[in-house]
Amino acid sequence: MTQLESSPNQFSAQDGRTLAFARRTSLFILTLLITFLGLTAVTFSIGRFVPVDPVLAIVGDHASKATYDATRLAIGLDKPVPVQYLIYLKKVLAGDFGESVMTSKPVLDDILTFFPATIELSTVGILLGVFLGVPAGVIAGATRDRWPDQLVRVISLFGYSVPVFWLGLVGLALFYGKLGWVAGTGRLDVGYDDIVTPQTGIMLIDAAVQGEWDVWWNAVSHLILPGAILGYFSLAYIARMTRSFMIEQLSQEYITAARVKGRSYWGAVWRHAFPNIMVPLITVIGLSYATLLEGSVLTETVFSWPGLGLYITRSLFNADMNAVLGGTIAVGVAYIGVNAVCDALYQIFDPRLRAP
Amino acid sequence: MSSPSLRQWLETDTPVSRGQALAGRFWRGFMGVVGNPTALIGLIIVLVLVLMAAFAPLLTFGHDPLAQNLSERLAFFGSKHWLGTDTLGRDLYARIVYGARVTLTIVLLVSVVVTPIGLAVGTVSGLMGGVVDTILMRITDIFLSFPRLVLALAFAAALGPGIENAVIAISLTAWPPYARIARAEAATIARSDFIAAVTLQGASTWRILIKHIVPLCMSSVIVRLTLDMAGIIVTAAGLGFLGLGAKPPTPEWGAMLSGGQGVVLDQWWVATVPGAAIFIVCLGFNLLGDGLRDVFDPKSS
Repeated sequence: MTQLESSPNQFSAQDGRTLAFARRTSLFILTLLITFLGLTAVTFSIGRFVPVDPVLAIVGDHASKATYDATRLAIGLDKPVPVQYLIYLKKVLAGDFGESVMTSKPVLDDILTFFPATIELSTVGILLGVFLGVPAGVIAGATRDRWPDQLVRVISLFGYSVPVFWLGLVGLALFYGKLGWVAGTGRLDVGYDDIVTPQTGIMLIDAAVQGEWDVWWNAVSHLILPGAILGYFSLAYIARMTRSFMIEQLSQEYITAARVKGRSYWGAVWRHAFPNIMVPLITVIGLSYATLLEGSVLTETVFSWPGLGLYITRSLFNADMNAVLGGTIAVGVAYIGVNAVCDALYQIFDPRLRAP
Repeated sequence: MSSPSLRQWLETDTPVSRGQALAGRFWRGFMGVVGNPTALIGLIIVLVLVLMAAFAPLLTFGHDPLAQNLSERLAFFGSKHWLGTDTLGRDLYARIVYGARVTLTIVLLVSVVVTPIGLAVGTVSGLMGGVVDTILMRITDIFLSFPRLVLALAFAAALGPGIENAVIAISLTAWPPYARIARAEAATIARSDFIAAVTLQGASTWRILIKHIVPLCMSSVIVRLTLDMAGIIVTAAGLGFLGLGAKPPTPEWGAMLSGGQGVVLDQWWVATVPGAAIFIVCLGFNLLGDGLRDVFDPKSS
């Protein structure tokens, strides 16, 4: 009887599992696609908002009526808006963001040149944020309302309240101007420029691969201050979230059970509670990495760091909308991508979300 | 009515009118904030900001925030210019005080724009459920997964500099969390018995939404708004810093900071003073927000 029942059940459970997985995966991909379409729709609308006549921008003020009309037809401005959007989307998918007025190169080339610097800076930031923020948050949660907790809470409260560009300026004035502990703005001192040929575009990797250790150390001394400032911001967020996850876990019964069986308090914190907060932490870390990728705009401006943020802001002031919108899409795709990867990791690592 | 009885009237368990219940609720919230030292500090900072904005001409004692005096440029703290002067010799103290108006304007305008959008999307979504809910929440999720700062930058660039445009740019990217919160609240409230009761009494969907669901969502939205204020102020100051906020010579804190950028190595106070103002105000809003959350929404703290 039991055997007769169990075998068809197994089949349906197997089918259900595959089906649920397929359904979730396709929904996930669909959501990603819709989000990307939404992003391009927004950049397309921004492009149309601009009070600059796109035809005049190409032909100049003194073009004849005939040239004006011909150009207008050539760039498709006579077509209905949805068709224009589709043309735009097709171009974006092909990696064609137009040409930058400022650098007179295709925007895609510029993005590929500038993006590695942003990635380098945000990665240093997130590494600092994770390796300092997670332990700080765990300790704060485990010592709730005692002095280590209060200290971590004050540190992260300050991180929430201080404007990043101000911290950057004050940091530069103090550590570069007064104390001379770190190098100033930019990625390298002028004397070290052009020694390392860009391969990955990430200075620390390129310099190390080519064995240029002088350049490497110079790059580190340029990177450490902006990296630490971005790290502080992600630390504030990560520590705060880790703390609240920790408090939630420590109130669970399995912690009491472990303590009753003789596990020390810190043993229970690190060996029992910590593994359980690692899964929700993936999302938090992913979100703060994505935020750093886009939020480095202001930091890059203060430190003249040649990343995508600086590229976008400089293009802004030259009314170089192709570059601005291309850069926005690049940052947007990175932002959406990092979040999507974290969602996927969350699905993989959380046993409760695996198919039944 | 003498003061002890006023207090009894406020703290009664059995209010006799809607107004009394509302007043009592505010009173308990107020006492909760005042009883919490950090929240009280936050409240005081925010009140000082409001007073500075309201009485700016009185508080500056005749210093004009726009008056340039090149012979006294880059002066240090002193009895004539309390917080020194900037690169054009304008009094930094007066500019900070008047800058409170700009900051408060931006914060108020963003709140006024963002709250109704978030409430409308969220409550409709939570009350209706089904297809409407799915579509509205998908749209919200899409906006939620956009890079906020970069989009605000792009919007501000497209619209041109100016306070109104900065407000639009910030609002366009700031509403989704409110829709999420309002939806979560509305979905719970919509299932409760008193909603069933008013439905049976013949209340229209519109009436249920406006009279019953929206008021109950307000407290979590306000808490979230207070906690978000710091982010809004910093974003606005960031736009100002990049030259996309208030147009010069408006005394905007972010723009003032940017004006001090060039002289930060020698005259550090020119950039530090407006930065400190931004920092203190953000700290105030964060402390107040944390306190309000503890009072109104103990489960999420």
